Amino acid sequence: MLLSISTTHQPATDLGYLLHKHPDRFQSFDLSFGQAHVFYPEMTEHSATAVLVLDVDPVGMIRDGHLAKASGSPLANYVNDRPYVASSFMSVAISQVFGTAMSGRCAQRPELVSQPLPLTARIDVLPVRLAPGMVERMFEPLGYRVTAKRLPLDEQFPAWGDSPYYSVELSGTVTLSQLLTHLYVLIPVFDNEKHYYVADDELEKLLAKGAGWLAAHPERETIARRFLRFRSSLYRQAIRRLDEESDPRPESEEAVPQETPETELELSLNQQRYVAVLEALRSSGAASVLDLGCGEGKFLRELVRERRFKRIVGVDVSMAALENAQQRLRIETLSSTPSETERVSLMQGSLMYRDARLAGFDAAAVVEVIEHLEPSRLAGLERSIFEFARPQIVALTTPNREYNVVWETLPSGQFRHGDHRFEWSRDEFQTWARRVAQTYGYQVRFEPIGPVDETLGSPTQMGVFERD
Amino acid sequence: MLIKLPQLSLVVLVGPSGSGKSTFARKHFLGTEVLSSDYFRGLVSDDENDQSVSDDAFAALYYVLQKRLSLGKLTVVDATNVQLEDREKLIRIAREHHFLSVAIVMNLHEKVCHERNRDRPDRQFGEYVIRRQRGLLRRSLGRMRREGFQQVFVFDTPEQVDAVEVQRIPMWTDRRHERGPFDIIGDVHGCADELEELLGQLGYVPQPIDAQPSGLDTADDPAAESLPAESPPAELFWSNNCYAHPEGRRVIFLGDLVDRGPRNLDVLRIVEAMVRTGRGICVPGNHDMKFLKKLQGHDVRIAHGLAETLAEIDALPEATRAADCQAIARFLDSMISHFVLDDGKLVVAHAGMKQQMQGRGSRRVREFALYGETTGEIDDFGLPVRLNWASDYRGQAMVVYGHTPVGEPQWLNRTVNIDTGCVFGGKLTALRYPERELVSVPAQRMYCVSKRPFLPEDSPGTELTAQQQHDDMLDAQDVLGKRRVQTPLQGLVTIGLENATAALEVMSRFAADPKWLIYLPPTMSPCETSHLPGFLEHPAEAFAYFRNQGISRVVCEEKHMGSRAVVVIGRDADAVRTRFGITSGESGIVYTRTGRPFFNDSELHAAFVNRLRRSLDAAGFWDAMNSSWACLDCELMPWSAKAQELLRGQYAAVGAAASGSLPPTLWAMEAGMGRLTGDEQARLAAVRDRFQQRSRSIGRYVEAYRRYCWPVESLEGWKLAPFHLLATEGKVHIDQDHVWHMETLAKICQHDPNFLLATEFRVVDLADPESEAAATDWWVELTARGGEGMVVKPYDWIARGNKGLSQPAVKCRGSEYLRIIYGPDYDTEQNLERLRRRGLGRKRSLASREFALGVEALERFVKGEPLRQVHECVFGVLALESEPVDPRL
Repeated sequence: MLLSISTTHQPATDLGYLLHKHPDRFQSFDLSFGQAHVFYPEMTEHSATAVLVLDVDPVGMIRDGHLAKASGSPLANYVNDRPYVASSFMSVAISQVFGTAMSGRCAQRPELVSQPLPLTARIDVLPVRLAPGMVERMFEPLGYRVTAKRLPLDEQFPAWGDSPYYSVELSGTVTLSQLLTHLYVLIPVFDNEKHYYVADDELEKLLAKGAGWLAAHPERETIARRFLRFRSSLYRQAIRRLDEESDPRPESEEAVPQETPETELELSLNQQRYVAVLEALRSSGAASVLDLGCGEGKFLRELVRERRFKRIVGVDVSMAALENAQQRLRIETLSSTPSETERVSLMQGSLMYRDARLAGFDAAAVVEVIEHLEPSRLAGLERSIFEFARPQIVALTTPNREYNVVWETLPSGQFRHGDHRFEWSRDEFQTWARRVAQTYGYQVRFEPIGPVDETLGSPTQMGVFERD
Repeated sequence: MLIKLPQLSLVVLVGPSGSGKSTFARKHFLGTEVLSSDYFRGLVSDDENDQSVSDDAFAALYYVLQKRLSLGKLTVVDATNVQLEDREKLIRIAREHHFLSVAIVMNLHEKVCHERNRDRPDRQFGEYVIRRQRGLLRRSLGRMRREGFQQVFVFDTPEQVDAVEVQRIPMWTDRRHERGPFDIIGDVHGCADELEELLGQLGYVPQPIDAQPSGLDTADDPAAESLPAESPPAELFWSNNCYAHPEGRRVIFLGDLVDRGPRNLDVLRIVEAMVRTGRGICVPGNHDMKFLKKLQGHDVRIAHGLAETLAEIDALPEATRAADCQAIARFLDSMISHFVLDDGKLVVAHAGMKQQMQGRGSRRVREFALYGETTGEIDDFGLPVRLNWASDYRGQAMVVYGHTPVGEPQWLNRTVNIDTGCVFGGKLTALRYPERELVSVPAQRMYCVSKRPFLPEDSPGTELTAQQQHDDMLDAQDVLGKRRVQTPLQGLVTIGLENATAALEVMSRFAADPKWLIYLPPTMSPCETSHLPGFLEHPAEAFAYFRNQGISRVVCEEKHMGSRAVVVIGRDADAVRTRFGITSGESGIVYTRTGRPFFNDSELHAAFVNRLRRSLDAAGFWDAMNSSWACLDCELMPWSAKAQELLRGQYAAVGAAASGSLPPTLWAMEAGMGRLTGDEQARLAAVRDRFQQRSRSIGRYVEAYRRYCWPVESLEGWKLAPFHLLATEGKVHIDQDHVWHMETLAKICQHDPNFLLATEFRVVDLADPESEAAATDWWVELTARGGEGMVVKPYDWIARGNKGLSQPAVKCRGSEYLRIIYGPDYDTEQNLERLRRRGLGRKRSLASREFALGVEALERFVKGEPLRQVHECVFGVLALESEPVDPRL
């Protein structure tokens, strides 16, 4: 919430003209979330520093809805870092307080506007929710020397490690307009939230402010994605338009990077999993299918495309996931006949309870579900699927833990996904599956999914259960 | 003429237009009891006489009719009903709901009908219409009884119609006014020796019938009027002696009195005498009815022990045998399929009774009472496979039944089978009602070999009770959707659909096995805001709240800053298996306020539970409480152990950000001050002062959260502060005041003071300002030391003040602690002014409802209700917790 801009340009007092702020005054500006103050702690011929201090009113901020939806703890709205960090609030302040300077206008010293000057900017503090080294990788390509000092969370509790906050100093010979523009665009990129709704004009803002430098920036994907707050369509448009600006490349079909790094697996494995499960269901001749733990409906979409399935029901315990699935399927079925919408349905349900609505189906797909349950509650899932729902065929997939060593990015001893409660070896899975099959009168066979390693097996394992 | 209508009757009025059906209906029935086709025509089309909408009108009529019958409401259908198919449809609906159908026929002369219609301008249809209807009616008259009506009344003249009186009579099965106490005895099957022994054990003594029953005080028993007068037997076959209880208890026999055993006729004699003198009630069993058929001369297969009974008949003196048989047949024939007793709280039937059939009368009801339901398949022993109706039973009434021998009486969903197979060498069992105690006498020998083994040693591997096995899997229908839970404390508590939806996810993805979850704690509201300078919360408002409720004494307990934890702990793993049906070998659990297990590490978890158990053992807790398990409400510290994520991601982070940004800002401001003059300087100074204030606040904020953080190494460092001893076997300790809870728990805590923290408390007399001041001083001192604050509770656990149930607790948090709730700078006067405007209504309403549900969950568990009944309440608490409320409260 403190931004200092210093120069050793001679005479340094020109900084006052460039910023359009009188050196001998203390000025305050009313902004929607509080105030911004500008003054000069230092102003000599040799060296001058201007500071922009954000004075955020935390109580008012909540009351006025500037933090309508905070994620995380319910108290995140009330006890949070916003008053102390340089976030999108800072970008707003820069554009409103130093707007003229940022746009490169200066009546008194017009010649200085386009002249690169020795400038230093200091940010106390910058929240960085990006990988270590990113501060450097963001600013160095733009010609800055970067000193980024990371602060500890609490010196009394060293075990808690470092905080995400940095004191950052950038020095370079750039125009003041460039410096302000870079700060304007990049400050919110480090943070992970914007205090205002990201509307479509945000894209125009980004392209306008990024003109001349963003297209060539090696981290432009990250910048665009995070500046646009992960709104993927805006992001895609941005990349396309940036590409037009630099040397045009064919649009890559590569997957859109996910908000959280997809440590789970690369996309192709997902696809292979669907193909394998689909094949198992198809070969059983099933006409009615349950997708148990359907999540956001990716696999449902595959099922819908198979005309042989006359009745498809997606079940998930998460209402939020079902709402997304609903969206996804509506798009899928939009072009189809009205009967299509009756063919596919969604319902909230839990495999921890016996549920009469799940009975009477030919087949059930249980794709990457069991590992999200506490082992102590697996017995419930076994009974709800195999004793009570009792479809003719159940295709069930789960990760093969042995394969995890293949992925370098996965720290050993960790699971592929934050919510995984366990991951089984092939032996563990098969022992479990055989017991379940025997208890409830099924035959089970196993199939690998994904590339098969001779000793480690495949990344995903599938059990196909068929009723005796 | 007097028409006696049983309560569960569908009355079908039959007669042509103008025959006076509606007038009759108006005279004898409530407006809402009468469903008239004309009315429904009007309802669907605005025109009562529009015959073209008849199909729609009848569809609507049938719909309402079915709703009424399923609710058990006597209903009259006012339509011509002269067509066979219309009547058949109504009879079918009545049967589906086990209603009796009664036809009341207006067979009036055509002329009368014409005259009546002539006076009505809306009824100007041709005469042929009535003629046709009359014709149809005439053809129906003769066969109506055969159509399936239990009663048919035909009136030919207006005078007859006018003379009718209608009297409502209860169903034969309806004995709601009889409230017991009862001793309910399972299948006797001719085991008279064991029956006599059991009656003796239950306190019954044989006495001659003409003697005045000793101690049977019938003066203020409303049921006494219905008791038959004491009289000697009508037939010589029956006994002159009768078992009677000095306290007036009565026996209910669940049927199957005869067959297989050695003294079948003696059993009949004992039972008949008790029934005749009002000391006993008997429902028939399938064996009794088959025996009856034989006595009535029907051809029945002599099997399943009927031969033994018939042999006794053959041994009767020939001279009286025929008369004896008639007497026996009369007695058996008088039996009613089942009874609903004690205001509907108790149902008795030989083979059980579904909820939808209770108190109703139809052939299917009687068949269910005698045989239960079977799948039509035959099992390995050649016996029909029975559908376990009890596992789907959701009724409120306790159903006591027999029919299928079991090793031990099995409770399942408020039903209990007490046929413990005496004749097969098991035992004869009685259930004492309402005590729910079981009394048994062993069979003197095995009189007959059971085809299907039923004794425990014959079916190994089932250590859990039938209820526990059933409860292994809860049914989604018991939690999904909008729900209403009846609680004694708050009446009906409604759980909204969205709330249930959210709870389902949490319960499924994160919660512990529902068998452990017998309680979830309610949310707690803070006191009203204080207007003292610098304070947002202060004890004065907490005391004022309870004083306004008309409560004179409160208990102030130190509020520990950790994580709320519920502990369920057994004396050992066996106790947990027996009482909770948990077979994992765990002997206890610690779970959070959302039902999540506290420890992911099972070793740490076990160590934690074991350490707590050592203190309970040392305190002699189990014997003192006469319990093998306990449920405790606690706070578990340190906060940092469970709130790692929160601390690192939020609390420490905010401190780090502020500590990183404020010093350079203040430094810059100082430098700026040096450069500025006059007004400019003054304005900067004002801002600097504010930032200095913020800097001080951040320092105190960091201090505040640090107090609740310390490292834990395996079990070392953990501290558990129990503050409610919620429940032990047979008891929910809400009848004990909070001082009892504090003192009882302190005795346990003293055995391991490094691990268990006895909570400090003060009792405050709200009428005594000094007492209040002392407690306020204590709070000030406590919070100055860094304590979170205190919780103020009414002295009694359940406190009803002048405004109904008071809040079970109100918290009053310390000023420093509140920094981590309301933000580091909350206590500047400017901020306080804004924060003081906070509404507590929603939070308090939630607290009351959750409290009621939590207590009800415990009550149900302690009463041994099925898990779904307990789970319903716990699920409700979790669901209500998803309601959006200001999280700072």
